[in-house]
Amino acid sequence: MTSLALPRWLLVPAALGTLFVGLPVVAMALSVDWGSFGSLVTSDASTDALLLSLRTAAVSTMLCLLLGIPLAVVLARTSGTAATLLRSVVLVPLVIPPVVGGIALLQAFGRRGLLGSTLEVAGLQVAFSTTAVVIAQTFVAMPFLVLSLEGALRTAGTRFEEVAATLGAAPTTVFRRVTLPLALPGLVSGTILAFARCLGEFGATITFAGSLQGTTRTLPLEIYLQRESDPRAAVALSLVLVAVAVLVIGLTRARREPVGGVVS
Amino acid sequence: MTLPLHLRVGVDARDVDVDLTVAAGETLALLGPNGAGKSTVLAAAAGLVTPDSGTVRLGDRTLSDATTHAWVPPHRRGIALLAQDARLFPHLSALDNVAFGPTASGEGRAAARERAAHWLAEVGMTAYERRRPRELSGGQAQRVAIARALATEPDVLLVDEPLAALDVESAPDVRDLLRRVTHDRTTVLVTHDVLDAALLADRVAVMHEGRVVEEGETGRVLSRPTSDFGARFAGLNLVRGVASAGDLRMPDGRLLHGIAETHLVDGAPASAVVSPSAVSVHLEPPHGSPRNSLDATVTDLEPHGQLVRVRTDLLSADITPPAVADLGLRRGSAVVLSVKATEVHLHPA
Repeated sequence: MTSLALPRWLLVPAALGTLFVGLPVVAMALSVDWGSFGSLVTSDASTDALLLSLRTAAVSTMLCLLLGIPLAVVLARTSGTAATLLRSVVLVPLVIPPVVGGIALLQAFGRRGLLGSTLEVAGLQVAFSTTAVVIAQTFVAMPFLVLSLEGALRTAGTRFEEVAATLGAAPTTVFRRVTLPLALPGLVSGTILAFARCLGEFGATITFAGSLQGTTRTLPLEIYLQRESDPRAAVALSLVLVAVAVLVIGLTRARREPVGGVVS
Repeated sequence: MTLPLHLRVGVDARDVDVDLTVAAGETLALLGPNGAGKSTVLAAAAGLVTPDSGTVRLGDRTLSDATTHAWVPPHRRGIALLAQDARLFPHLSALDNVAFGPTASGEGRAAARERAAHWLAEVGMTAYERRRPRELSGGQAQRVAIARALATEPDVLLVDEPLAALDVESAPDVRDLLRRVTHDRTTVLVTHDVLDAALLADRVAVMHEGRVVEEGETGRVLSRPTSDFGARFAGLNLVRGVASAGDLRMPDGRLLHGIAETHLVDGAPASAVVSPSAVSVHLEPPHGSPRNSLDATVTDLEPHGQLVRVRTDLLSADITPPAVADLGLRRGSAVVLSVKATEVHLHPA
């Protein structure tokens, strides 16, 4: 514990900030029509959307891990112009509007896109399929994982990796037994961020994958659609999305057992 | 197995250029101030830095050669590195830290843990095998780090300022442990502490600004440095003998009374370290308390900063120029040296 006092005036804007973020969620929870909540969130369209969201977000998060972990390691352990350039490229999805991301994906993987004809020859039609949803989610979410993990890797430094190498560990062993475990907190928070981003993805999905019930209409798309026809359902589904997000964060936090035992 | 190590390396970025040979089983101390390039030499030996010129050879293996670009990566060198901070893997228990090397080189989990338990016992840390590194004190962590390095059965042990981060209570014990484990292993020890060099090394190389300015047998370099820099930096009295009832019996049979940091076994080899500034010079046996009052003959007088270093056949003393004049010292003068027992540090050797 630090005994250094914070400047008291800081508390005022900090409290305002908390209210600003918390109030809308509370307001939403308060406006839910609890009487019809059950029937609203269990309609065919809603469950289809929820299950599709969970499925695609899970697959996309796995893809983010598969591609993002190596990317983060390369970025954290290299320097120079090439690394700076690479980092800029990887972070592009973070700064462009998701709709623009969706259009970019269409130009790359769409039927008339750069790789479209190649994919078609291979028997794959990506656009407006569940695969497209996964691609869109992975595209927008991966930078969150890469940034978070890269920061953790840089903080951990190479001191332990060097020791591991002098103890006879080959590079892959060092990566598996030292690099990754030491960056685990960053990896976990990066994964949570990426999953949350996948779950909430809207713009790139609707642009690149469209909105077909059961195939590409994820929960955010369903909420947007319901908002036109049945605002009460939109609010109820929104609350479900919040609940899923909170649940995921809670579960991941709980699984991070405190390291080490009792000091006798 | 222990092998001779030959380092002839230049690292341009740090302006380091050295040529050093460590015989099989020998301990070489690299002595010098911070920034002299000592750690760079270790990094080149371990393969953590690529030398711009020269070769690193271990036995008849070439580990790196700048002209042919031959390069053996760190994990295939059989060279273990002990750093100033223990650098135990924070996510592993003490036992798993020690088992890391054996498992990394392909040993089965059970066998690796058995080996780890053996080495933890060697360093007296069996009781702490389940502890995480953050639950260990600095001295305990350093002991585990020593066990971890030895569990890989390295051909060469590199030791970088192993006691610098330890408090005064735990340093003597860890030093004693290091003395035991480096005894018959090819070791390069980096230190800026003359005492570490005096107690652990067979030979000393003094480094200054990336170059070796003096190299030789430990007792000689410390007591009679030939280079200016060596003289400024070293200059400790190191007296070897055998322990006798808590004091040191010198080869000529006289006793040197002192303070032992760790337990001394009667009759076992021991050494005394005395700073020249703690030794005073008299013409007659002094009155008063000093327990050590020893006859000696002046062999040399030389300037040493603001003082004069009086060399004798026994101990060197640093005294002021007026004192030299008052005593009328010259080569061959018969003098009586006195030194308080509290200024004589006794160690097992």
